[in-house]
Amino acid sequence: MKRFPLWSWFWILLGALYFILPLYGALDFSLRIKRDVLSLDAYKNALTDPEFVKTFLFSNQMAVMTIIVSILLIVPTAYWAHLRLPQVRPVLDFITLVPFAIPAIILVFGLIKSYSRPLTVFGLPIVPPLTNSVFSTNILLIAGYIVLCLPYMYRSVDNGLRAMDVRTLTEAAQILGAGWPTILFRIILPNLRTALLSGALLTFSIVVGELTLATFLARPAFGPYLALLGNHKAYEPAALSLISFLLTWVALGIIQFVTRGSSQSQIAGGR
Amino acid sequence: MDRSSISASAPLQSQTSSQPGRKPRVRGELLAWAGVLPFFLFAFAFLFLPSSSLFIGSFQNSEGGFTLQNILDLSQPKILDSYLLSIKVSAVTAIGGGIFGFLLAYAVTIGGLPRWVRSTITTFSGVASNFAGVPLAFAFIAVLGRTGFITGVLKSLFNIDVYEAGFNLYSFWGLTLTYMYFQFPLMVLVMAPALDGLKREWREACENLGATSFEYWRYVAMPILLPSLLGTMILLFGNAFGAYATAFALTGGTLNLVTIQIGAQIRGDVLHNPGLGHAMAFGMVVIMTISIAAYTWLQRQTERWLR
Repeated sequence: MKRFPLWSWFWILLGALYFILPLYGALDFSLRIKRDVLSLDAYKNALTDPEFVKTFLFSNQMAVMTIIVSILLIVPTAYWAHLRLPQVRPVLDFITLVPFAIPAIILVFGLIKSYSRPLTVFGLPIVPPLTNSVFSTNILLIAGYIVLCLPYMYRSVDNGLRAMDVRTLTEAAQILGAGWPTILFRIILPNLRTALLSGALLTFSIVVGELTLATFLARPAFGPYLALLGNHKAYEPAALSLISFLLTWVALGIIQFVTRGSSQSQIAGGR
Repeated sequence: MDRSSISASAPLQSQTSSQPGRKPRVRGELLAWAGVLPFFLFAFAFLFLPSSSLFIGSFQNSEGGFTLQNILDLSQPKILDSYLLSIKVSAVTAIGGGIFGFLLAYAVTIGGLPRWVRSTITTFSGVASNFAGVPLAFAFIAVLGRTGFITGVLKSLFNIDVYEAGFNLYSFWGLTLTYMYFQFPLMVLVMAPALDGLKREWREACENLGATSFEYWRYVAMPILLPSLLGTMILLFGNAFGAYATAFALTGGTLNLVTIQIGAQIRGDVLHNPGLGHAMAFGMVVIMTISIAAYTWLQRQTERWLR
């Protein structure tokens, strides 16, 4: 019994329309900065604005730092939990789920409240106020980004570790006389390439356009810049929005390409 | 600790101590825990400390003493309105996005369409569900704003002025429409595997027993899918409830959403009552936690069937 799936096509078309119209509209709009002609001037203006270059570079730096630090933090922990402390894994699963319940606006609120004054333990100040200097505010920003991306990063790494035999690999390396640095950097990390790449790209696409944390920590990032640009320009924001959509597309395209075959569920979130 | 993991990690332990016995094992255990310490310190400092400071702050008055006043203050009309509006936006986009996303997921999984349609839609869903925040708001302004593309097309081709007809992108329905752009693709992503889990044999068994398509859905497929369906809608609810950047970039903070209110509170230009701000944040975390817990629980109910 083969019939033409009219009903299915109807929903697909409707879905595709809803997917494509905003993008097409934004594209069309971004090309109309000059009356009655199509031109790429909006893109040229947007991309050559020194403020754009500055904020975009800043956000990229923050993204790279976030990725590096979260890899250094999560990989050894997840590896160790797989190898020696299987009873910790449910706890790690839980902790890395918590950021889903704490929206960015709440997280930044809490961070500011905790770190805008000296952190004291039994009356002894152990951490000076982090929001006082640019450097330490950046640290706070990166820490916040790590928390936001923790669910994605941890799940990628955990899936990657599940896919290989951690214990056998480690024992084989130990028998051959490898120390811990060798095991981590020359055996575990290379085997996690795919998982790390997918976690890193997702982190990248989240961090680069992020608004909330950067706004309230008053750092010159790309998200706040774009929001500000939207207040007094019309065509350039549309152009930059499309570029940022394409960046997300490229990032996720690479993830899909490198993780082909491994069934990995991907979760996303509203911002 | 289970026995197998002790014996399996024996080669590792013999490295840290050559003598078998009670003490070295305890030391080995401590060493093992030291390995996960940095992560726990990080989680404590940047996840639990900030959230618990908000929690504590919502039970403190300005002098630092214990009070329930902040929680009681949540019943102020303005605050209640913001919760109601946030809940309304989240519920409408969760139900709308859920239904539409389910139909789309159904169409691509068991709707009898060619395979490339499915892979295209899934890829696009992955991208679109990540396309939230400021860029999304600007894409919608370019399309449905007062001088937007579709607004213009409707006006010039059909002579319909949607703004005169009562539509406004910077209002409740505009925000809802915008949120849908990341809501329904998320539904597609989560529902497609669940729909894949419906076994062909179930349908065949139903047909052999003389059931109609309606009866199959009513008595077999729906009961199995329902937990997953509801669970994912709850996930969508939480997803919209916590969103700030999209709403802020779209409406510039004119809509009275909880996240917008909290943002104003952090800037310190509206409420002048930190305790109330903490209580609002605490209230949000409670709602988000309930949604995530309900989602996890409902997903587990479905997993029993869909393996």
